Amino acid sequence: MTVFAIEMRGIDKRFGAVHANSKVDFIVEAGTIHGLIGENGAGKSTLMSILYGFYHPDAGSIRINGKTVSIRTSQDAIRAGIGMVHQHFMLVDTFTVVENVMLGAEGGPFTAAGEVAVRQKLAQLAANYGLEVHPDDIVENLGVGELQRVEILKALVRDARILILDEPTAVLTPTEVEHLFRMLRRLRDEGKTIVIVTHKLKEIMAVTDAVSVMRRGEMVGTTKTRGTNPQQLADLMVGRRVALKVEKTPAPPGGVVLSVRNLTVLDSHGVARVDGVSFDIRAGEIVGIAGVSGNGQSELLEVIAGIRKPTSGTIALKGEALLTGAKDEARRLRHHGVRHVPEDRHRMGLVKEFEAAESAMLGYHAEPTYGRGLLLNRERIVSDCQAKMDAFDVRPANPTLKTALFSGGNQQKIVLAREFERDPVLLLVGQPTRGVDIGAVEFIHRRLVALRDAGKAILLVSVELDEIMALSDRILVMCGGRITGERSPDRTNEQDLGLLMAGVTERAA
Amino acid sequence: MKRPAGDLPLWYSAGLVPFLNVVLAFLVAGLVVLAIGANPLQAVRILFTGALGSWYGMGYTLYYTTTFIFTGLAVAIAFHAGHFNIGGEGQALLGGVGVAVIVLNLQFLPPILLVPLAVLGAAAAGAAWAFIPGWLQAYRGSHVVITTIMFNFLAFALLGYLLLEVMKRPDSMALETRPFIDGAKLPRLDELAVLFGLSITRTPVNLSLVLALLCAAGMWLLIWRTRLGYEIRTVGANPTAAVYAGVSPAQITVIVMLIGGALAGMMATNEILGVQHRLISDFTAGAGFVGIAVALMGRGHPVGIVLAALLFGVLYQGGAELAFEIPAITRDMIVVIQGLVILFAGALENMLRDRLGRVIFRMRASEA
Amino acid sequence: MEQWFGLALVALDSAVRLSVPLLFACLAGLFSERSGVVDIGLEGKMLIGAFAAGVVAALVPNPWLGLLAAILVSTLFALIHGFASITQRGNQIVSGVAINVLAAGLTAILGNAWFGQGGRTPQLPGEARFNEIAWPLAEEARALPIIGPFYAEVVSGHSALVYLCFAAVPLTWFALYRTRFGLRLRAVGENPHAVDTAGISVTRLRYSAVLLCGVLCGMGGAYLALAQSAGFVNDMTAGKGFIALAALIFAKWRPVPALGACLLFGFLDAVAIRLQGVPLPLVGQVPVQAIQSVPYVLTVVLLAGFIGKAVPPKAIGVPYTKDR
Repeated sequence: MTVFAIEMRGIDKRFGAVHANSKVDFIVEAGTIHGLIGENGAGKSTLMSILYGFYHPDAGSIRINGKTVSIRTSQDAIRAGIGMVHQHFMLVDTFTVVENVMLGAEGGPFTAAGEVAVRQKLAQLAANYGLEVHPDDIVENLGVGELQRVEILKALVRDARILILDEPTAVLTPTEVEHLFRMLRRLRDEGKTIVIVTHKLKEIMAVTDAVSVMRRGEMVGTTKTRGTNPQQLADLMVGRRVALKVEKTPAPPGGVVLSVRNLTVLDSHGVARVDGVSFDIRAGEIVGIAGVSGNGQSELLEVIAGIRKPTSGTIALKGEALLTGAKDEARRLRHHGVRHVPEDRHRMGLVKEFEAAESAMLGYHAEPTYGRGLLLNRERIVSDCQAKMDAFDVRPANPTLKTALFSGGNQQKIVLAREFERDPVLLLVGQPTRGVDIGAVEFIHRRLVALRDAGKAILLVSVELDEIMALSDRILVMCGGRITGERSPDRTNEQDLGLLMAGVTERAA
Repeated sequence: MKRPAGDLPLWYSAGLVPFLNVVLAFLVAGLVVLAIGANPLQAVRILFTGALGSWYGMGYTLYYTTTFIFTGLAVAIAFHAGHFNIGGEGQALLGGVGVAVIVLNLQFLPPILLVPLAVLGAAAAGAAWAFIPGWLQAYRGSHVVITTIMFNFLAFALLGYLLLEVMKRPDSMALETRPFIDGAKLPRLDELAVLFGLSITRTPVNLSLVLALLCAAGMWLLIWRTRLGYEIRTVGANPTAAVYAGVSPAQITVIVMLIGGALAGMMATNEILGVQHRLISDFTAGAGFVGIAVALMGRGHPVGIVLAALLFGVLYQGGAELAFEIPAITRDMIVVIQGLVILFAGALENMLRDRLGRVIFRMRASEA
Repeated sequence: MEQWFGLALVALDSAVRLSVPLLFACLAGLFSERSGVVDIGLEGKMLIGAFAAGVVAALVPNPWLGLLAAILVSTLFALIHGFASITQRGNQIVSGVAINVLAAGLTAILGNAWFGQGGRTPQLPGEARFNEIAWPLAEEARALPIIGPFYAEVVSGHSALVYLCFAAVPLTWFALYRTRFGLRLRAVGENPHAVDTAGISVTRLRYSAVLLCGVLCGMGGAYLALAQSAGFVNDMTAGKGFIALAALIFAKWRPVPALGACLLFGFLDAVAIRLQGVPLPLVGQVPVQAIQSVPYVLTVVLLAGFIGKAVPPKAIGVPYTKDR
């Protein structure tokens, strides 16, 4: 009889009206790498949070290695041999590696003895699994890959036999991902059980032994990885056949709209986030920027939108220099027809506390449409929002409802309506479909292509390679702040782009 | 999961909850009254009849209300931009200095010019004192809470120095300037009433009450009906979104601190220009801190602030009567109630709102 | 020369005395703020502590009972702040203001009602106070050059609370940097999520810090009422809680620099009292308000980043919620 490392049965969890987990069974065989996939909001994170004692299920039972356990706190989970590596690292920046690893496993009221033990254990783990770290480094100064290693070590020092990794590859380069996977296989071969939570099908295929798929709070299937394929998993995730292609006819681009020359952005530490970038965008073309998140795409987008000041370089719109260094640059650029859909709508694109109508004029509140002189005209604001809501089929189409009360997809539609419906000259779009359901994705993609066909210049930044490949007329790949290559979508593939995303350029290769 | 507060009805979040918080503060204050061996019910009766039972009482009540409208608005405007201006006390002190400097140096001007100039002086001096913490917050990241606390102490030190060494009236031991000329006084309401052939009891309430109400109306217009107000609210709710929209949070921070300082400074028009007619030390008497209670109770809305200021006006006037009738209950009782209001309506605002809110949700759900 | 040395010793001696309430409050704030709970209510807790000490010592002439009362009442107020900040996730600044206002009102009204002396508590007899402890051979040692007078004036002749206070500095240091509690405390102020996922209760940790803060504020209050004065006087903290806050920022939330900052501010206070009306060489007469303002000005300048940079614990002032 096979031993099950994890046996979660009949797990049920509601948050108010949201049924996050509905009678979920999740069973993982010991000594395997098990994938858990699903769209955003499918209930994966909730399920794993329950397993780690962060939430209490309304119903259901959990068995670990055949024994029924009650996991009420993270402490219980740790005691049951479960370790978790969160997507957002749970580390204290000002602490050293050893202090971070020790936290919660100090081995007594004084730290001196525990510290010695932890150092020994770290050395041992380094020898056994190749998990090398410098124990006295301050965590603040470490790179993403190293941070993840510290997180894994935290779990292993506590003798975790089950390791849960939440979206472990989101911030890693393909090379780092390879390294991580090698490490995970090694841990599995030593008898550990590993659960990877992700929405990236490719990685599931590459590293897992079995995979479970969730959709809308339900577990819709578990299968051996060898017996399935990405298309089948995608269909399971979404619940119907997905068209990964966007209908698009080739269109001849017009004159140059945006031209960026030698753009460099240094951060407060003097590190180049954007490093000597130059490119053009013509009217009627979509230029996609591919790259692992955190490689300068966000900064590039923000500079062109006037939110962030470049250290050097020039940007011109239709031949006219754009950046003046003025305080209200973003507002000035809007005046010139630059429209910007920000990458993170919650942080930047909307004000959740505002009525939808007020969010729908964010950035354009100085325009005469909304009132006379210093005053605003409420009727105008509401009717303008109503028109946009109708055009983009926002539901509920109620401009006086609080922004926070709309679903993610509808919030995004409010942002898109605000930017698309204002006759853009240049459209900057960041992660247009992040956290948006499949139906809305198709709608958004069609709108983008329609704008392109209407002769608008569009810069698209997305971490979803599929999206970049499906929409772009040209693809630029960024890594470490530089453009590492340019490709035409019909003359490249994921492997090729992956190499460029890892910084392997033609010359070096 | 956090439920957004916005789907609760207005009568609930802006009416019932603040009311219950005040009731709660009064109940605890009642315990204090019991602890000193007095009868709380009798105390409440004396308090309210003392404040509202006569024209005389009402006049004083409105005089205190005027002060608290100014200091309440001063705290609230910064709230809207996400900042906490604890410096009302110091800004008001400087407002007094502003009034005195104008009046004592320009007394050759006709009253029709001198008085408005003195009001402007109060606003300008308060704004200037608030500008430094505002600027430091905006451009140097120094937390405005800490710097305004420090600036309160500095204002006291400055006023102490000025009254002792620079502006002191030479013929008196008291720490005060020489009295203002008659032309440099804001008329009392009873004086104005005479012009209309009415006769009302003489009390300190003066024209600055009208000024305070105008300021409250102006703030409503500013916050909810102007582009600048929209920018202020955007910065308060989501500074990153403000940057995205081309609004500079730093600029807005300085602007709200300037407006807040000006409002706090104008408190001196009531106290100095309206009543004292000379600059004295410590004339603010904690009004800047009452402003915090008023702003919290009024939930930052001008209408709420006027009502909360009125409540505190009642408390201050009624409290004076109370101290007279029952000497054991000194005017410090008001300070206790003020502390309790800040505690319940401010720091513990979630306690009642969420608990009762859940009940309301359940009631609605069962109706549906 | 000798006269100047004598003066310096006297000034140093009073600096030690004046810095004690600052140091108690500063260390109190250090525990609270290191755990991520802002505390601008140090002033109020110290005041209500002083009041409790004065009341109890007036009823039972025993300073230790007075101290206990101060600690209990101050801790009760700390608990209110903890309940508002940790359990109710309220605004910590607002809660601190409430504590200060409440303490000011309560001490005045209760003191007046109970003792009828305008808010004072009765003058305490010697046995109800913390008296000065003369160290062995203090008088004999005076003969030794420099060290002798220093020992006699500055080291010897303080009350038990003074020594307790200065002992609290190394103890705090040890607790913070050498114990499990300290490691967790420093962590929870920087990243409570890291603490929570390590299986440690953020709530319990923050409450312990807030309680410790209450205990130390109570001790500071007891010092004011039972050692520095003979009983409670209205508003006797007179802004010391805020100077302590300034010292905490100045010390960048570290115990040993906190000692330095409090001694400096205590010294300035001592100097301000002594220099009243005394002309100084070169600058002439310095207004006493100018010297009193120095701690506030220094803090503002430091916060502005013109001399170094005071970086507070990262999670300070933010109520902890599990939701992501």
